[in-house]
Amino acid sequence: MPHIDFKNDFPGIRSAMAYRPETAEPMGVLAELLLRDDEGMSRADRELIGTYVSHLNDCFYCNYSHGAIACIYLGGDEELVNQVREDFTKAAISEKLKSLLNIARKVQQSGKAVLAEDIADAKTAGASDRDIHDTVLIAAAFCMFNRYVDGLATVTPTDMSSYPKRAMQIVENGYGSHVFKNKQPA
Amino acid sequence: MPYIPLEDHLPGITGLLEYRKDTAAPIRELTQILLRGESTLTEGERELIATIVSHRNSCRFCTAAHTAAADILLGETESTAQVKADHHSAPLSEKMKCLLTIAAQTQESGKAVTTQAVQEAKDAGATDLEIHDTVLIAALFCLYNRYVDGLATVAPSDPGFYEGLGKRLKDNGYNRLPQGYDHLKK
Repeated sequence: MPHIDFKNDFPGIRSAMAYRPETAEPMGVLAELLLRDDEGMSRADRELIGTYVSHLNDCFYCNYSHGAIACIYLGGDEELVNQVREDFTKAAISEKLKSLLNIARKVQQSGKAVLAEDIADAKTAGASDRDIHDTVLIAAAFCMFNRYVDGLATVTPTDMSSYPKRAMQIVENGYGSHVFKNKQPA
Repeated sequence: MPYIPLEDHLPGITGLLEYRKDTAAPIRELTQILLRGESTLTEGERELIATIVSHRNSCRFCTAAHTAAADILLGETESTAQVKADHHSAPLSEKMKCLLTIAAQTQESGKAVTTQAVQEAKDAGATDLEIHDTVLIAALFCLYNRYVDGLATVAPSDPGFYEGLGKRLKDNGYNRLPQGYDHLKK
């Protein structure tokens, strides 16, 4: 049961956002800018970083919501999403993305855990300054989103078939207040 | 030395917010709403939440900056000192101590926030909105602290720097200065 009365029955972060639309608005804008951008890293890469950090933070709702979005961008390759969760070093992804997931893993622990050698490895693998910046900020943003979702004990849907439907809403319409203003996908 | 090129005259978060101004805008807006917007918590009380989380994340820059802002807003320095040492013995209301416990739990993990801590906060008079905002402020500082340290930004050692920054946070809040920050170049 949620820690506070959201006065709605939306799932996960949507219930907290609907409860306080004023703070939801900039969070939606931030997610849109960081996750739906193709400069340097693809949308799939960005969602995989969000999925992996949510997995490490043990935030089921965010992990499976963003995993489902990544899966759509990857043409339905759920196996790849699972490989990233389980052991990204063995996943069929570029060396660059592996080095960025390593940085995200450190950020999840603590900002201080990111070492100069982690950055050097990413640069050797072809990551730009902007890629490194975005990776750190995406990982840090998920450390916020995950805590928001679980810190208020929002409701986690148990029907796994609902995740791809909400994911498709994001793929089609992006992040923003429509996720709690429009009817939830059946 | 920062891992990405940032302007020398803008240490800590200030350089990051100028590095990518498009993502900075919603981060600033969210912070302005949460720490300076209309609330039943004072600005000083909300800065204490930022302080305890930054301190527990061992983020030197953010801890010093928000300690300075809280000290100016509260007109005393004992509260910030006690919040960092043991917030239960700080000269604060029971409600505020309970909210700081929730913030400290959020810093660990969203899942670490207990029903008991939330109930104690409610028993001490905390509203649902105050609990919501406490969790979100704590979560937001988990973003900031990782952003600041994950990219190895500089934390000035001169206490005078933070006094100046604290005053700027009191006078201008978290909005970007309309004229930018070139006037801070020495």
